[in-house]
Amino acid sequence: MTTVAPAPSIGMSPVRRLLPWLGTEWKRLALAVLLGSLAIGCGVALLATSAWLISRASLQPPIFELDVAIVGVRAFGIGKGVFRYAERLVSHDAAFRALSRLRLAVYDRLAVVAPAGVPAYRRGDLLERLVRDVDATQDLPLRVLLPYASGALVALGSVVLAFLILPAAGAVLLVSLLLAATVVPWITAHAASEAERASAPERGRLNGDVLTLLDGVGDLTVAGAAQTWLDRLADDDRRIGRLAERSARASGLASGLGILLSGGAVVVMLLVAIPAVRSGALVGENLAVLALLPLATYEAVVAMPAAALALGRVRGSAERVVAVLDAVDPVPDPATPATPPTGVVGVRIAGLRAAWPGGSDVLEGLDLDVAAGSRVGIVGPSGVGKSTLLAVLAAFLPYEGSVRIGGVELCEMTGHDARAIVGWCPQLPHVFDTSVVENVRLARPDATDDEVRAVLDRVGLGPWLDASPQGLDTPVGDHGALVSAGQRQRLGVARVLLGGHPVVLLDEPTEHLDEATADVVADELLDALEGRTVLWVAHRPHGLDRLDAVHRLT
Amino acid sequence: MPKPLDPRLVRYARGVRTLLIGSVVVAAGTALLVGAQAFCLGDVVSRVFLGHATLAEVEPVLVVLAVVVVGRALLGTLSDTLAQRAATRTSAQLRSQLLAHVVRLGPIWLSGERRGQIATLATRGIDSVEPYVSRYLPQLVIAAIVPLTVGVAILTQDLQAAIIVGVTAPLIPVFMILIGMYTESATAKQWATLGQLSGHFLDVVSGLPTLKAFGRERVQSRRMAEVDARYRHATMGVLRVSFLSSFVLELLASLSVAIVAVSIGLRLVNGGLDLRTGLTVLILAPEVYLPIRAVGAQFHAAADGIDAAEQVFAVLAVEPASTGTRTDVPEGDVVVDEVSVTYPGTEVVALSPTSLTLRRGRVTAVVGPSGVGKSTLLAALQGFVAPTSGTLRVGDAEITSLDPDAWRREIAVVSQDPVLVGPTVADDVRLRRPDATDAEVDEALREAGIDPASLPDGARTRVGDLASDVSAGQRRRVALARVMLEPAALVMLDEPTAGLDDVSEADVVSTVRRLADRGSAVVVVAHRPSLVAGADEVVVLAPAEVTA
Repeated sequence: MTTVAPAPSIGMSPVRRLLPWLGTEWKRLALAVLLGSLAIGCGVALLATSAWLISRASLQPPIFELDVAIVGVRAFGIGKGVFRYAERLVSHDAAFRALSRLRLAVYDRLAVVAPAGVPAYRRGDLLERLVRDVDATQDLPLRVLLPYASGALVALGSVVLAFLILPAAGAVLLVSLLLAATVVPWITAHAASEAERASAPERGRLNGDVLTLLDGVGDLTVAGAAQTWLDRLADDDRRIGRLAERSARASGLASGLGILLSGGAVVVMLLVAIPAVRSGALVGENLAVLALLPLATYEAVVAMPAAALALGRVRGSAERVVAVLDAVDPVPDPATPATPPTGVVGVRIAGLRAAWPGGSDVLEGLDLDVAAGSRVGIVGPSGVGKSTLLAVLAAFLPYEGSVRIGGVELCEMTGHDARAIVGWCPQLPHVFDTSVVENVRLARPDATDDEVRAVLDRVGLGPWLDASPQGLDTPVGDHGALVSAGQRQRLGVARVLLGGHPVVLLDEPTEHLDEATADVVADELLDALEGRTVLWVAHRPHGLDRLDAVHRLT
Repeated sequence: MPKPLDPRLVRYARGVRTLLIGSVVVAAGTALLVGAQAFCLGDVVSRVFLGHATLAEVEPVLVVLAVVVVGRALLGTLSDTLAQRAATRTSAQLRSQLLAHVVRLGPIWLSGERRGQIATLATRGIDSVEPYVSRYLPQLVIAAIVPLTVGVAILTQDLQAAIIVGVTAPLIPVFMILIGMYTESATAKQWATLGQLSGHFLDVVSGLPTLKAFGRERVQSRRMAEVDARYRHATMGVLRVSFLSSFVLELLASLSVAIVAVSIGLRLVNGGLDLRTGLTVLILAPEVYLPIRAVGAQFHAAADGIDAAEQVFAVLAVEPASTGTRTDVPEGDVVVDEVSVTYPGTEVVALSPTSLTLRRGRVTAVVGPSGVGKSTLLAALQGFVAPTSGTLRVGDAEITSLDPDAWRREIAVVSQDPVLVGPTVADDVRLRRPDATDAEVDEALREAGIDPASLPDGARTRVGDLASDVSAGQRRRVALARVMLEPAALVMLDEPTAGLDDVSEADVVSTVRRLADRGSAVVVVAHRPSLVAGADEVVVLAPAEVTA
C-alpha cells in the first residue's frame, strides 16, 4: 500500500499548479502530517493496547506484567488530544503562510494585467469570487492533503501491526482500508461533482433571478409581477433540490459502504483469527486486538470522503486562480521604452481602433487632435467608444493606429511612464477603505495635508469636511459606503488635480451631481486644470460650453 | 455562542421538523445496534480466548454481528439521504419566505448597503444553512440520545465504568460551555480578522486600476505583504485559544476511555470482573464520546448556517411600511396633505411637509434640488414608505389603509433606473398586462420612443442580448412602454429624460402629455426645464431646514 492519495478520475492539473506555494512550507506541512498521524495513531494504539491489556489481565498474571501496557494506555489517552492540538496549530500556520504567498502572487499578476487582462474587472462579483477563490485554496493543505496523508500513514501502520500479529489479518485489514480510502471517497466526490455540474447552471440562474428581483423589486411590485417572480424562484429552487437529492443518495450509499467496510472487516477478521487461535498460530490475547483494530483504524479513513469533496471544491477555485496567474498582459511594456515627453503636451490620435476584450464599446478608426493645453469635450451615446478611448489613453488597452502624446507614440512608452503623464479619473472612481486624506494622497504620496485640503476645496468638498468632526481623517467606508456617489466622484477628481499630470482624462466627472452642483464643479474643475491638456467625456453636451472644442463620437 | 437549535427554524422550515423526527428514529436504532455489536464482540472473543470455543460454536453470534453491521450501514445511508433532502427543502423554504417578505418590505427598505447584504443572504447565506441542517442537526439529535443510551448499557454491565463515563461525559459539554464563553470573543475575533484580511485584499484588488493610474501598484504590493503577515500573527494568536475547546473535548474523551480500560484491567487481575463484560464495556465506552465529538467537529461548519438563519429571522420580523387591508380603492384625486418623511433609523428629514393634489388628466411636475425628497415623495405614493406625519389620500381613503397590492394596481411607475427583467423586451413591456398582443406591445414601444424594428430581433430581442451597457435612458423607455400598454389612474415618472438628448427629450414630453390626455393623473419628477414647461402645474420642493 502506498501513501499517495488516490486522485478522483478528473485531472488535477490546476491543483498541481498550486503545489509550489505549498512546497515552500513543506517542513511545516511535514511536521503537521507527522503530528496528525501521531494523533490518529494514539487513538488506534489506545484501543489496541487496551484490548491486549484486558485480555492479558483476564489471565490474572502478576500485576507488574501489565505495567507497561497501563502506562501506554494512559499515555495514548493523553497523547491523542495533545498531538491533535499541535497539529492544528502547525497546519494552520503553514497553510496561512502559503496562502499569503499565493495572495501576493495573484496581486502581483493582477497589478500587471489589470484591468483589461482579466475578465474579473468587468464585473464586481467576479472580483469578489476571485478573492474568495484565493482564500479557498487554503483548504488544499488543511482539508485535502493533511487528512489524506496522515490517515494513510496510520492505516499503513495498522496494516503492518495486524500483519505482524497474523499475516492473514493484515491482508483483511489492507483490503478493507484500501477500499475505504479509494472507492468510498471516489463515490462521494463523483456524486457531488456530478450534482455540482448539473446544478451549476441552475444555481447561476437562481442567483441571477434573486438579483433581478432585488434590483427590480419596486418595478415588479408596482407592476403586480412580484408573485410571478417569486414562483419562478421557487421553481429554480425545486430543480436544484431534485439534483441535490440525487447526489445525496449516492453519498448516502458511500457512507453506508464505509460502515459496511469497517464492520465487515471485523467479521472477516474473526473468521480468519478464530481458527488461528485454535491452531496456535495466534496468541489468544491478540484476538481482541485484531477484532478491535478495524473499528479503531476506521478513524484514519473516515475523513477521506470529506477530503475528496474538498478537493473537488478546491479544483474549481484553483482553476480560476491559475487563470489569473497565467493571464497575458494585454499591454506589454516595449523592450526598449521611448523616453516620455516633458512639459505641457498635446494628444494626436489617428486611425485609432480598439475595444475592451468582450466589450461592445468599440472604436473603429478615430481621428482626434488635442493641442497642448487645450480642453476638449467628447460626447456621444453610450457604446460609441468613449470609455474605450480613455482606457487606451491610460495605457490599459492595446490599440491599432497611432496615439501620440507630446510626439511620442503611446505604446512605445512603458505603461508606468505613460500614466505618469496621463491622469485618469474614471466614472465612479474606486475609493479605498481608509480616510479621505489617504484616498486623495495616493495620487502624490509626498503631498502635505494642506495641499490635499486645497484640492478638496477646489472640487467643492470643503463644506462637507468642515461639517465632519474628523475633517480630513473622515473614513470613506468599504467601497465608499460612507460617502455619496457625488462625493466619491469628486474625490476622484481631487486625485487627478493633486497628481499634477500634464494630460487629464475625465470620465463623466459631474455625473451623480445635481444640475446646479454639476455646473459649479465643472467651473471649478476647469479653473483648477488651467494649463493642462484635458479630455472630458460626457454623454451630452450640457455644461461643456467652457471647453475649447467638443468632439462628437458617432 | 449561537443557539444550537433555533425554535424559529422549526417553525419556518417544515423540512426541519420531519428531519428531527427521522433523526430520533435513526439515533435510537444506532444506539441499539452499537450495543448489540459490543455484546457480540465481547461474547465471541471471550468464548474463543478463554472458553476455547470453535468457529462453529460461535457462528450464530457472528451471524448476528454481520446482521448488525448491515443494519448500521443501512441506517447510515438512510440518515444521510434523509438529512440532505431536509436540507435542500429547508433552504428553499427559507429563501422563498425571505424573498416574499423582502418584496413586502419594498425597495426603500432594500436600498443602500442592505441590497448587497440581502443578495448575499438570499444566495450564499441560505446555502450555508444546508450543511447546518444536513450534518449538524442530525448529529445533535444523535448526541442527545446515543451517549445516554450507551451509558445505561454500560451501567447494566459495570458500575465502576459507568461512574467514570457518567462523570466525564457530562463534563465535556460543561467544559465546552466554559471554554466557549472564554474563547467566544477570541473566535469571533478570528472570523473578523480573517474577514478583514480578505476584505482588505478585495479593496486593494478592486482599486488596482486606480493604483496603476497613479503608479502606486508596486508600493502597495510591499504593503500587502506586511498587512498579510500582521493578520497571520493575529489569527494564530487567536487560534491558539480557540482550538482549546476541541483540545479539551478530545483529551477528556480519550483519557476517559484510557481510565475505563485500566480500571477494567486491574479488576480483571483481581478477578472482580469477567473478560466478556470487560471487553463489552471497553467497546461501548468510546461510543459514548463519539457523537459528542462529532457535534463539536460540525459546529464550525454549522456556525455560518446558524448565523444566516438568524439573519433571515431578523428580516422576517421587520414590519412592512404598508399594512392596510382595504381592497376597494376609491376613485378621485390623490391628495398629499402636509406629508413629511423621516426614514426609520435616521434623523434626517427626507421630505419636509409637502402638500399637492394630483388630478386625472393633468401633469404635475415636482422640482427641487437633489436630496430634497422628490424620489421619497414618489416612494410614499407607492406605499414603500409610510408618511411620518400628514396624510396621503385617494378619494375618501388613506393610502396607508389600502391593501398595498390593490392600491398598486391603480398606479404605474417609471423609476429613475428601471430594471429589465426579461427574458425578452416584449416580456418586460407585458409586465403589467401579460395578455397583450404582439401588435399592442410594438405600439407601446413606439409610443415610448423605441422603434421595435431597430432592435436586433424586434420586441422578441432578449434583454440579455441588448448591448450590455444599455443605458438607463433606454431602460426608462422600455419601462415607459409598460405604462403606455396599460395606463393607470396615477402614473409617476422619476426623471424620465435624464441622459437623453434633446430630440428624445421632446418625444418623452409629448408622451407624458398623451398619458394625461388618456385620463391618467401624471406626476413627473424633473429638473429639466422642458418637462416643467409641459406641465399643468409645478410644485417646487424646498430643502428642509437643517436641524441639529
